[in-house]
Amino acid sequence: MSDDVLRIRTPIGIKYQYSAGPRVSSHLHGLMDGRFVGKRCPTCHLVYMPPRNGTCAKCGCLLGEDVEVGQRGTITTFCIVNVPFLGQTIKIPYVAATILLDGADMGMSHLIQEVEAADVRMGMRVEPVWRPRDEWQPSMENVLYFRPTGEPDAAFESYAGQL
Amino acid sequence: MSGGTTEYTIVEDGSFTAPLELSYPYKRTVGPVLSRFLTGLRDHRIEGTVGSDGRVHVPPAEFDPVTGAALTEWAPVASTGTIVTWSWQPSPVEGNTLQHPFAWALIALDGADTNLLHAIDAGSPEVLSTGMRVQARWAAEPSGSISDIECFELAERATGAAS
Repeated sequence: MSDDVLRIRTPIGIKYQYSAGPRVSSHLHGLMDGRFVGKRCPTCHLVYMPPRNGTCAKCGCLLGEDVEVGQRGTITTFCIVNVPFLGQTIKIPYVAATILLDGADMGMSHLIQEVEAADVRMGMRVEPVWRPRDEWQPSMENVLYFRPTGEPDAAFESYAGQL
Repeated sequence: MSGGTTEYTIVEDGSFTAPLELSYPYKRTVGPVLSRFLTGLRDHRIEGTVGSDGRVHVPPAEFDPVTGAALTEWAPVASTGTIVTWSWQPSPVEGNTLQHPFAWALIALDGADTNLLHAIDAGSPEVLSTGMRVQARWAAEPSGSISDIECFELAERATGAAS
């Protein structure tokens, strides 16, 4: 009985050819140059960074011109990750935050490092730490993480609309 | 879960495109009923469970479709049967036991009261019709899975020695 079949492997997978499309691709070209390039909605003028699928969630229209936003930004909200999980590469506790880059109207998610988790706060000013240039891909992973700039915190009113 | 890619290309309009594979390497225990069924297949033996109404279920039902009670009585069935219905698969995909065009079919094995979905190696859809007799072709290397029946083949053409 000991050699009875007790388990089976049932792997499942789908192979896609993913196409980013021209609007998201201008953002990806920016990342290849170490720049954050978003897009402005021609109707409501909100700046999307990253530019999502190329359309404005509010207006439904196609996003228009490229807008390069700042390298620095403000933490609008964050969470401290305390839960270990399979494949985790960062020592817990660590902080995942929503960052509003200067000039953007949408927060983006990224990792916060070089600061104790307990010291991270809403309004904290942060800047990106880029990978070595020869490792750059068309990916937000070109930024290893964000770290505090040491500037005074942003006023709550400056990002209150993001919450 | 795994995913991601670094092999990208840039197409005419400047858009990025890249292969993206999303896959899950599932592995699962099969429980006592499927364990007996799959162990049987490995040994070139096909068995089904007997329901409260006397029907023989192949593949085996773990619970009686009428009463919901766990099924424990078994009955051997033949490795020969009849095509109940079929559909031609002109383009096999990765993981199919046959890598040339074949038919998917519901097969009523002799002695079973339910149908088994499996592949038929018929060469061409022109030779197939409902009601034809088929017999199992066993895989050269048993793996303890439904693929231990590599496929079925038309009985009058069968070359392998089916039990």
